[in-house]
Amino acid sequence: MTIGKRIALAVVSLTLGVTAALLAADPIQVTGAGATFPYPIYSKWFDVYHNAHPNIQINYQSQGSGAGIRQVIAGTVDFGATDGPMTDEQLAQAKVKILHFPTVLGADVATYNVEGVTKDLKFTPSALAGIFLGKITKWNDPEIAKVNPGVNLPNAEIVVVHRSDGSGTTYIWTDYLSKVSNEWKTQVGTGPSPRWPVGLGGKGNEGVTGLVKQTPNSIGYVELIYALQNQMPAALVQNSSGAFIKADLASVTAAAAGAAKDIPEDFRVSITNAPGKTAYPIASFTWLLVPAQIADASKRDAIKGFIRWMLADGQKLAEPLAYAPLPKEVVAKELKAIDLIQ
Amino acid sequence: MSGVPWSVSASMTWRKGVNAFMLGLTAICALLAVSVLFFVLGYLAYHGGRSLSWDFFTKLPKPVGETGGGMANAIVGSAKLLLLASLIGVPIGFLGGVYLAEFGGRTFAFLVRYTTDLLNGVPSIVIGIFAYTIVVLKMKHFSTLAGGIALGFMMIPIAVRSTEEFLRAVPNSIREASMALGASKWRTIVRVIIPAAIRGIVTGIMLDLARVAGETAPLLFTAFGNRFWSPGWNQPTASLPVMIYTYAVSPYDDWHRQAWAAGLVLLGLVLLTNIIARVALSRGNIAPRT
Amino acid sequence: MTTSATTAVGAGFPWDPRSWVRRLRSGDEIAHLITFLFSSSIIFITSWLVFELWVNSSLPRQKFGLSFLVTRIWDPIAGDFGALPFIYGTVVTTVVGLLIAVPLGIGAAIFLAELAPPKISDSLSFLIELLAAVPSVIYGLLAVFILIPLMRTTIQPFLKSTLGFLPFFTGPAYGVGFLTAGIVLAVMIIPFIISVSREVLLSVPGDQREAALALGATRWEATWKVVVPFARVGILGSVFLALARALGETMAVTMVIGNNPQVSASLFAPGYTIAAVIANEFTEATSDLYLQALVELGLVLFLLTFILNGLARLLILLTTQKAGAHE
Repeated sequence: MTIGKRIALAVVSLTLGVTAALLAADPIQVTGAGATFPYPIYSKWFDVYHNAHPNIQINYQSQGSGAGIRQVIAGTVDFGATDGPMTDEQLAQAKVKILHFPTVLGADVATYNVEGVTKDLKFTPSALAGIFLGKITKWNDPEIAKVNPGVNLPNAEIVVVHRSDGSGTTYIWTDYLSKVSNEWKTQVGTGPSPRWPVGLGGKGNEGVTGLVKQTPNSIGYVELIYALQNQMPAALVQNSSGAFIKADLASVTAAAAGAAKDIPEDFRVSITNAPGKTAYPIASFTWLLVPAQIADASKRDAIKGFIRWMLADGQKLAEPLAYAPLPKEVVAKELKAIDLIQ
Repeated sequence: MSGVPWSVSASMTWRKGVNAFMLGLTAICALLAVSVLFFVLGYLAYHGGRSLSWDFFTKLPKPVGETGGGMANAIVGSAKLLLLASLIGVPIGFLGGVYLAEFGGRTFAFLVRYTTDLLNGVPSIVIGIFAYTIVVLKMKHFSTLAGGIALGFMMIPIAVRSTEEFLRAVPNSIREASMALGASKWRTIVRVIIPAAIRGIVTGIMLDLARVAGETAPLLFTAFGNRFWSPGWNQPTASLPVMIYTYAVSPYDDWHRQAWAAGLVLLGLVLLTNIIARVALSRGNIAPRT
Repeated sequence: MTTSATTAVGAGFPWDPRSWVRRLRSGDEIAHLITFLFSSSIIFITSWLVFELWVNSSLPRQKFGLSFLVTRIWDPIAGDFGALPFIYGTVVTTVVGLLIAVPLGIGAAIFLAELAPPKISDSLSFLIELLAAVPSVIYGLLAVFILIPLMRTTIQPFLKSTLGFLPFFTGPAYGVGFLTAGIVLAVMIIPFIISVSREVLLSVPGDQREAALALGATRWEATWKVVVPFARVGILGSVFLALARALGETMAVTMVIGNNPQVSASLFAPGYTIAAVIANEFTEATSDLYLQALVELGLVLFLLTFILNGLARLLILLTTQKAGAHE
């Protein structure tokens, strides 16, 4: 045989062999994409679930809520994830009905990297709006200084960091800013990818955390666990009752307390700037987006089984990662909603 | 230099000075360019070398925020993608090159060459868009297949060009001798010309593979990514370049370390392939210098 | 060397049945057919690519028309899309990259072609060609951890203090931005400029050089005033090649440009390029218009590289033909 024929034969048999070997072991692979906000708890969940059910692999790609919504509408993933609920127009775009399933409660925190500042900073709603609008440009601006007595704020320019991708974390942040600042509401508005007046863009919660960590005198908004895991500060924010609240399990749970009883059937609700003396003002549910009709039976059962596990054992894993578990009323409603997946 | 006017000798000194200065400057430029390479290699060797471990090659990634884990699935994923890419790129590229070198007419060959050049110039992200629209959207999910197809398309132009170049380099005397002995054209090509050019063709394809091995952009929305092993060809898969990108822009120090290690592995493989290929090529042909 | 098969190709399909069947049985026509089919597949694939780009960008083309190219706004929420910030960013980073890479590259090429002894020239060229093989994401990796902090702490403040009166060097020093992306691009395209320029310079006939030297020119004067001008068209071609490559660079640029779609005079400001925005936003474009706007950006990028590549090949061809004609 000529060299060429030998090479061809080798390549073909190699391919067939590899393919056969790979196809032989065929676990159920479920693909999901979406929010980076809950990525730490999701990746933990999928890892633990895989160890318990070795033939089920749930492959989740943390790409941002925008990607989650887009991919689940296009049908290129089996489920999506978002912290900004889908709008009615987006739901209309999908060929099948998309169901929202809340998974945990989390919080957007303002994390910062200011030279010489080691204590936790406090921000009023107008301070945050002013910074992200680009109106407040220096760290020692009176609006910031007046609620942080005794802190040596440098006379340095504030570097704003926001998300460059379509993000539910951004949705939560802008939702809050729109509620507390009329100027923000009219100039920018609420959404996963607004026209930011100022700032650098980072990809995903990971990217924003990374940028803030590396850039002196910067401020960005990230999910609480990202700040904690990277030993970065999380500012206290003044809530609707006037108290400066730190984001933690208690304050996030308090934020959801009011909404839990009256949560709508499709679970889409906003809990930013929630009433309550101890409520953290920038908290939110985060949702899995699951099509109501899944053709592949093994995938459907895998997803339904996972959601049931998530609502029971999964909730116990939330606290160590600084996410608040769902209120009992919400869990009960969700367990009933699982049957809608067919 | 007596008898020469002062102005001439002064201007001569000036010109000699300019000469030395400018030539020295160009030497600095060349040294700067080369030193970048050593800088790249050095940094990667240092940072990457420290983070390489057995775990890196054998373990799967851990949940985000936890240290440890490795990139075993990304290494295998990249290997599968490259295998698929060569299944597409090599036949089309090789046979296209054979056509251009041995059979080509005038207009059609010109068209083939032109579109090959065109395909070569397409930015890799645009190839990614193309693979997304024809594979991912039609199949309704991301897959190794889509990524392999994207990389395969990128392989075609260079495979064509190097195959044609090395086939043409075979002297006509060999072709004529074979024909004179009564061999048909295709027999000549398969048994005489291709074996004569095979070293150049194979090294050209190796270089081609090394190039697409490092491509990241086309994989972002075709192969997507996977935290587990990717069975078969129908599932999304992790790959080395995409993992490097994801880990490098993250805030986790452990992921940064793994990104350096992955960078070292990737760069090492790419450079090793390049060095072997180029040395093999140069031993065959010594280009005459004017 | 012509055989009956080759003449047949030149004249179109032969219609002499007997000789055709004879050739078919001898396998030549089959070989011709197979290679012909595979070659046509290349034409088919490329045409399909352009077709898909065109078809999948129909929505924004209908909605915005040519004003897409000059609109500054990129607002996914409002459904308002404009390519200007990305075209601007792509052009600016490429120009900065060229401004750095072209002088350095041509200088190095002159050294390698004219001055260095052959062995050194060959080994240095070998090493520089290895640089061209380094993947983009590796350059990005190095840029994120080494270049960005360097820019932020040293280079940008230095430029600000010395040249801060120019509008290019104003604004806070983030570390990321147009300038950083330009520097990364320069590093990535220098090997192309060097290797092509070196070949072009080497192809300049020796008599040109010798004539200048015989007239009393110094080495430098002979090179700069005679050889380089002779080769200038080819060198320009290498610049266009590097330019086309820089336009399409995605990963390394995405990691250092700051991801902010804005048009700013300052090189310290964060920006965005066409390739970077497609890489970042493609998987999450939530509406069809959004996704197709990104595809349209891809089409724009494709057209830009298409034109530049064409010009590059033409120029390089002209130089080598000119050199050939001289001999």
